[in-house]
Amino acid sequence: MTSHDHDHDHHDGHHHDNHFSDMQARVKALETILTQKGLIDPAAIDAIVETYETKIGPRNGAAVVAKAWSEPDFADWLQRDATAAIASLGYMGRQGEHMRAVFNTPETHNLIVCTLCSCYPWAVLGLPPVWYKAPPYRSRAVIDPRGVLAEFGLTLPDKQKIRVWDSTAELRYIVIPERPAGTDGLDQSALADLVTRDSMIGTGLAKAGAGAA
Amino acid sequence: MNAHEPSSLLAGSPGLPKSNDGDPVFAEPWQAEAFAMTVRLHEKGVFSWSEWAEALSHELFKPGRRDDASDYFDCWVAALSRLVTELSITSVDTLDDLTRSWQRAAEATPHGQPIRLENDPIK
Repeated sequence: MTSHDHDHDHHDGHHHDNHFSDMQARVKALETILTQKGLIDPAAIDAIVETYETKIGPRNGAAVVAKAWSEPDFADWLQRDATAAIASLGYMGRQGEHMRAVFNTPETHNLIVCTLCSCYPWAVLGLPPVWYKAPPYRSRAVIDPRGVLAEFGLTLPDKQKIRVWDSTAELRYIVIPERPAGTDGLDQSALADLVTRDSMIGTGLAKAGAGAA
Repeated sequence: MNAHEPSSLLAGSPGLPKSNDGDPVFAEPWQAEAFAMTVRLHEKGVFSWSEWAEALSHELFKPGRRDDASDYFDCWVAALSRLVTELSITSVDTLDDLTRSWQRAAEATPHGQPIRLENDPIK
């Protein structure tokens, strides 16, 4: 785990870790009342939302990954200053949060934790999976990342190290998965289709290219 | 779209933003949550399709809408709020109080902790 020596509040001194917009809060209020009245079950709501997982938000992280795979200069920039590199594509964080890109290699696999609060950068990564919000996941992912990943069907070679990154209120992460084999001829839009939400949080890999055996 | 999918009727809501393959699309997660709650309430018979369509249309045709229709789901949530108060499931005041309570709870919750209603300091 990294030391948390990040910069604090550069803006107005009124920074809150978490904030709900009027609409977010109103939807939570409706959910609370309807649940109390026994009219809805939050698990059933989550299940419906999950079916629309790929239809929520711009999910523009996939385009960031595809560009990094295709353009070494962009990949370098992303590694040095992900906030600026991502912003150059017109994708701004909603609260101006800083982003850091962590690159998977044959030696190291990266996994991101933290979705317990409102800081998950869904506009870049897509909607978090429901299980990700379960409190036990976060602690287990830190203690036994290899075991947790195996439960999600991702068994990594023993020689590949796993680094776990814990988002902070000011710094969010995106995993840049390894480019799949057999994708040399693909353009960036076709490559972006291979980049899943799970691959950008490190609980999965990018999808195999159609040309791969 | 398959008739057994939860969204079969609600996906026919007037003006609902859709992808090329006909599925609803959402700009932010709360929009999908509002959609999902409405689907469940309709499935449970809490309100009829025509009641829903009328409530939504009422909000959509109010003056002062944004030109780019980016406030579509704001209207959706207003329609849902109105229906549940008209059906006496809750009152406008209760809903407003609870909305502010959730906002205070969010601001009072430190990073890395789940946002819970109990975190509202003045609840």
